[in-house]
Amino acid sequence: MMKTAAKKIYIALIFIFLYAPIATLIVLSFNASKTRAKWGGFTLKWYRSLFENEVIMQALWNTLAIAFLSALAATLIGTIACLSMQCMKKRNRTILMGITNIPMLNAEIVTGISLMLLFISLGIKFGFLTILLAHITFNIPYVILSVMPRMKQLNPHTYEAALDLGASQLTAFFKVVFPDILPGILSGFLMAFTMSLDDFIITHFTKGPGIDTLSTKIYTEVKKGIKPEMYALSAIIFVSVLILLILVNYTPKRNGNHKA
Amino acid sequence: MKNALVNLVNISKSFDGQLILDDLNLYIRENEFLTLLGPSGCGKTTTLRILGGFEKPDKGQVIFEGNDITNLPPNKRNLNTVFQKYALFTHMDVAENIAFGLKIKNKSKSYIDDKIKYALKLVNLDGYEHRMPDSLSGGQQQRIAIARAIVNEPKLLLLDEPLGALDLKLRQDMQYELIRLKNELGITFIYVTHDQEEALTMSDTIVVMNQGYIQQIGTPEKIYNEPENAFVADFIGDSNIIGATMVRDRLVEILGARFACVDEGFGENKPVDVVIRPEDVELVSPAEGTIQGTVTHLIFKGVHYEMEVAANGYEWLVHSTKMHEVGSQVGIRVDPFNIQIMNKPESEDEEAAHIDE
Amino acid sequence: MNKKLLSAPFIFWSVLFILVPLCMVFYYGLTDKTGAFTLNNILAIATQEHSKALWESIKLSLISTVICFLLAYPLAMILSHMNTNKNSFIVLIFILPMWMNFLLRTLAWQTLLEKTGVINSVLSFLHLPALNIINTPYAIVLGMVYNFLPFMVLPIYNVLVKIDVNVINAARDLGANSFQTFLKIIFPLSIPGVISGITMVFVPALTTFVISKILGGSKILLIGNVIEQEFTQTGNWHLGSGLSIVLMLFIIFNMVISAVTDKDGEVNAL
Repeated sequence: MMKTAAKKIYIALIFIFLYAPIATLIVLSFNASKTRAKWGGFTLKWYRSLFENEVIMQALWNTLAIAFLSALAATLIGTIACLSMQCMKKRNRTILMGITNIPMLNAEIVTGISLMLLFISLGIKFGFLTILLAHITFNIPYVILSVMPRMKQLNPHTYEAALDLGASQLTAFFKVVFPDILPGILSGFLMAFTMSLDDFIITHFTKGPGIDTLSTKIYTEVKKGIKPEMYALSAIIFVSVLILLILVNYTPKRNGNHKA
Repeated sequence: MKNALVNLVNISKSFDGQLILDDLNLYIRENEFLTLLGPSGCGKTTTLRILGGFEKPDKGQVIFEGNDITNLPPNKRNLNTVFQKYALFTHMDVAENIAFGLKIKNKSKSYIDDKIKYALKLVNLDGYEHRMPDSLSGGQQQRIAIARAIVNEPKLLLLDEPLGALDLKLRQDMQYELIRLKNELGITFIYVTHDQEEALTMSDTIVVMNQGYIQQIGTPEKIYNEPENAFVADFIGDSNIIGATMVRDRLVEILGARFACVDEGFGENKPVDVVIRPEDVELVSPAEGTIQGTVTHLIFKGVHYEMEVAANGYEWLVHSTKMHEVGSQVGIRVDPFNIQIMNKPESEDEEAAHIDE
Repeated sequence: MNKKLLSAPFIFWSVLFILVPLCMVFYYGLTDKTGAFTLNNILAIATQEHSKALWESIKLSLISTVICFLLAYPLAMILSHMNTNKNSFIVLIFILPMWMNFLLRTLAWQTLLEKTGVINSVLSFLHLPALNIINTPYAIVLGMVYNFLPFMVLPIYNVLVKIDVNVINAARDLGANSFQTFLKIIFPLSIPGVISGITMVFVPALTTFVISKILGGSKILLIGNVIEQEFTQTGNWHLGSGLSIVLMLFIIFNMVISAVTDKDGEVNAL
């Protein structure tokens, strides 16, 4: 019994460690004082001024647009890649998986500068597009990583059975294979979206002067002092995701939720 | 209970409020090959895990060689287990797997080496010392799992569906192998399986279990020929189980017809179940039969034909070396000593018992 | 045949956006401004300023990796024994925090660690000595551990939950006590996860420039900071690329190790 108590305390401490900064930020978003250093009383004014701050709202919009589009593109490319890798020779597949994993294992700073050098030599104007391309690149491995295990669990005979029963290849895929790997695809998409949302380093090297995401905006503000609206925005995002998660977890599970 | 090696006394165990074992009592004699047989969920594996020390019973005691070992952890028990799906240590080679228990006990290197050689010879895998488990076939892995357990010279070997993952031919070979091993080692085996054929082939004693209760304990012959209730009869082999009435001693009324039998002492006009094995049903000309029917199905099974005969509202399963065409009229006759009379099940549970494997 | 075509977009993408850019880093790193071949950009690591930054980076990232390992292993063990839903655990420890921006989270540690910050207020309330680690290497290590801990927990957890319970039972059955079982069975079987975790933590820790900038003040320069400056301020891409190549030697070493130990790519699966 002592042991279970110790385990619980240990887990609790780790969670405090991981969530203390998040709690701090949420508290700061209600701080009437503009500096982080002292508590100036409770206020909601940052939440009000947040929506009037066009710079932040524009950065938010850029962040969400890039996260959504890059996750979508990465999901598409990654899923198709998984499909094609299934029927490859083992050696080719290993090579391709190795290349896939490069952006994940490589240092973000190296990925960032390598893409920056590429875009310069291709003469692409730095801006929304370059960030998007970079994000798709580092998102693909996360999609593959989450679709591949599902793909491997797949019984290859179900696809053949569908063909045998008269389905065309496309129908067989969408009716039989796709529903089975869908959970993997969805979690891959969410993973990619989250990664893109949280990225700073690669965006830092591939963004142009006129454009900012929330990350790069915050980075430029680090020295001058973060605008408290930023805390308010982060708190809103975090709390809404949290609520969303709780809702998803507490709604009755549909049959589609296979044993993970 | 003379020379009982293990004694399970009033064992009860439930998981998540579901009763798996209910007041189970069982003793195992020294040098016995005892099989716990039953459908999945009958409590046989839980019984084995309680013996191995991987589960603690909610109530009751495990007595081993006269000592209460109920609360003893697995590593302190003088018995070993051969696990389902082998549970070999994949990061060690065959020799290291076999040596594991001996190294823990700080045996000398020469002793361990001798033991590895001996054990591998015993399971017919000499020379496999430095293979990795992953590179072995299922049957070979199984032999290694057995070798790993027996080098520790346990008094008692527990085997948890050890042949479950093997294909049919290999399974039959391994059955003979296990009997040979048991005779050579002279130790007690407790074997868990849901495969009745396996149980009948290997065991000295079979314990048929269902839903946490022991249904019958006996030799394979007794279990097969004289099942005590419908569950046992149905689980062991194919059989015709028919509701009937015991008219008086040595006379039973089945489906409206009176059959002579050899059982006595059930009382008069008492409802009973009768079991008639399909090979004991004789098909004769309609005039010679006790009851008459029509053949509805016919399948050739190699050693015999399997037929179904509709007679007096019941589909009789019949095994016979003589073929009768579908649609032909036949008479059914059963020798008195081939009719096994059983009491109706006492509990609802037994009545509702279904075999899911 | 059309299945082969399916891989085309991905191969095209990988070549254009992964392989070509890496070649460009090598090209820039191995040439000077005139385009002539030179090793000077790489040898520049030997200068006192750069080698000090590299050494500091290696030191701090190694310390962080060790701390992450020490914190993560027990956590992964505890979690693997609990009947938690794997997904909800990953979300809680790994994904949910990411929705609060990484820079802000790191910045929040400033607030927590400051001389008059939250932690010191608590400490002084308890009459304990104050913790003055902001703008020191300790704060950087803390930031690294904080940011990369989940990358260590996850692969170890993934390996631990896959260990067959009966393998552990078998060890117990053969006479091993719980400590021996851990030492001889559980830990050896979890090594692929541990190695994967180490590479997943060591690389980002070695190359970060953000954590050092936010929590280390301006006093401590890590190799990541040097490279970042070469690209965004000094504008000497050749030198920046050369130093990146040096960094990549470590990274390639890491990749090879993780490729060897995790052949199926399953240890990191989310």
